[in-house]
Amino acid sequence: MNRLGASASTRWIVGVLVGLFFLVPLVSTLLFTFSDNATGGFTLAHWAGLFDPAKASLYQPIWVGLGNSLILAVVTVAIVLFVLAPTMVLVNLRHPRLRPVFEFVVLLPISIPAIVLVVGLAPIYLQIGRMVGTGAWTLAFAYGVTVLPFAYRSIQASMDAVDMRTLSEAGRTLGAGWPTILLRVLAPNLRQGLLAASLISVAVVLGEFTIASLLNRQVFQTGILVVSKIDGYSSAMFTLLALVLVFLLLLVIGRVGRGRPGRTRS
Amino acid sequence: MTSALAGPDLDHVTSPAVPEPSAPARRGRVASLGWAWIGLVPFGAYLVVFLALPTVLSIASGFFDKKGAFTLANVGALGDPVILLTFWNSTWLSLLTAVVGAIVGALVCYALLGVSETNPLRTAVDAASGVLAQFGGVMLAFAWIATLGLQGVVTQLLEAAGIDIFADGPWIYKLPGLILPYVYFQVPLMVITFMPALSALKPQWAEANLTLGGTRASFWTRIGIPVLAPSFLASLLLLFANAFSSYATAAALASQGSQIVPLQIRAALTSETVLGRENLAGALALGMIVVVGIVMWLYSLIQRRAARWQS
Repeated sequence: MNRLGASASTRWIVGVLVGLFFLVPLVSTLLFTFSDNATGGFTLAHWAGLFDPAKASLYQPIWVGLGNSLILAVVTVAIVLFVLAPTMVLVNLRHPRLRPVFEFVVLLPISIPAIVLVVGLAPIYLQIGRMVGTGAWTLAFAYGVTVLPFAYRSIQASMDAVDMRTLSEAGRTLGAGWPTILLRVLAPNLRQGLLAASLISVAVVLGEFTIASLLNRQVFQTGILVVSKIDGYSSAMFTLLALVLVFLLLLVIGRVGRGRPGRTRS
Repeated sequence: MTSALAGPDLDHVTSPAVPEPSAPARRGRVASLGWAWIGLVPFGAYLVVFLALPTVLSIASGFFDKKGAFTLANVGALGDPVILLTFWNSTWLSLLTAVVGAIVGALVCYALLGVSETNPLRTAVDAASGVLAQFGGVMLAFAWIATLGLQGVVTQLLEAAGIDIFADGPWIYKLPGLILPYVYFQVPLMVITFMPALSALKPQWAEANLTLGGTRASFWTRIGIPVLAPSFLASLLLLFANAFSSYATAAALASQGSQIVPLQIRAALTSETVLGRENLAGALALGMIVVVGIVMWLYSLIQRRAARWQS
């Protein structure tokens, strides 16, 4: 027991008050999805409507956006795993002196607001549109930058916990080339960090709105906004579903980050 | 001679047993060092195109007009009363929600102190904080509309009780309406950023304080608060920068008008001419990055000082 901890009564007071503040909007949103706009009574019609073919056209923007967001999530995770992670291995093993500079640069996107970035991304995406078309996946390049700080922290944490130098030298002594070392020696040892980085990238991509909306792209969040203008109930339902989904993602990340019991605990 | 020529091939077989002649080894290292630098190129190029270039473009575009000629007119617009008002709105909104968020968030951290990291309550709070602080955006706006909007659940409940919260008009869709949703993502961000500092308080300090005749109260006034003050201030700055640069919640909630800077940038980007000026978005972005840049610079200065106690 930590002696610094608050007393039980303080804990309860803070917990109840703050808990209420955070629960009221969520519970209200849930109740809102059950309320009948005609009578004010209770109804399941809104939730049932999710699977109603007659309302399919209403939800079209959300499904299209969700499809695009999933593609973006896959491409963004690919950027994290196949561009960021190998570069981090290289920096950690061969250019340790570059680490402070590297860290400064990859954490920069925290300090540069997305709304500022998007002003400069607009002309760049105009060019990209001319070169490779306006496919939804191209937005992943911009998302790759916004997930950098999150992904970097997850991966670096597991790199710090593993002796990569010894592992890679052992691999080379046994005759393995760099591709083998990356894929079969380092990646399995860094899997917790890589998994956490991938999941957090998915969470960022699913929640991203600023860049997509100002570049006129259709993603999950812009889809919810479009539908909300027509039917407030459906945006409330998708809000709840998305919040629960991301909550579960982060719970898994928390588990993964902490590792198996008795192994990485100190 | 022959052995030097055959060096690289023989290396594989003989190097563990025989001490290496220096020349091939050095050559090998130079070559692989070259590869090691080339390996940095893809990621470097990526960062240049999608991080450095957009940042430079967005700031630089404020200094050029539509025809590409250099102008200070856009940057001059930062002094326009309308723009100054939006910067002022952004500032007080960010400051207010940062202070409230920091205090409430710190209380939550204090209440969670001593709860083990593997406790289900703690993991749930961590995950929920992450969702609300970093990935909420548009969705938080909808949650608050469902709560306090014109058709909102709480609005209707209060109305039934005879209280009309919108007697002076529906403020939830205007600037004051942003306060509650902003606090809603600021508190969780405080929990995320401040918890490590609070967890780093050592129980030995409390014991030393008790041994020397101190009380629980004197522990906080003499040790806890002074040690935590830099971390608290750093977190406060981070919260300010976070609110200042936040766009999604405001964009979904305030569908018309541009009361804060990010919304003004939206207006400048989508309608091209705000205040009769072109490329105003660039000038606004410049103003924004100056504010956020200074705040984040102070943050890193203070954070470095705060890190002393977190080893």
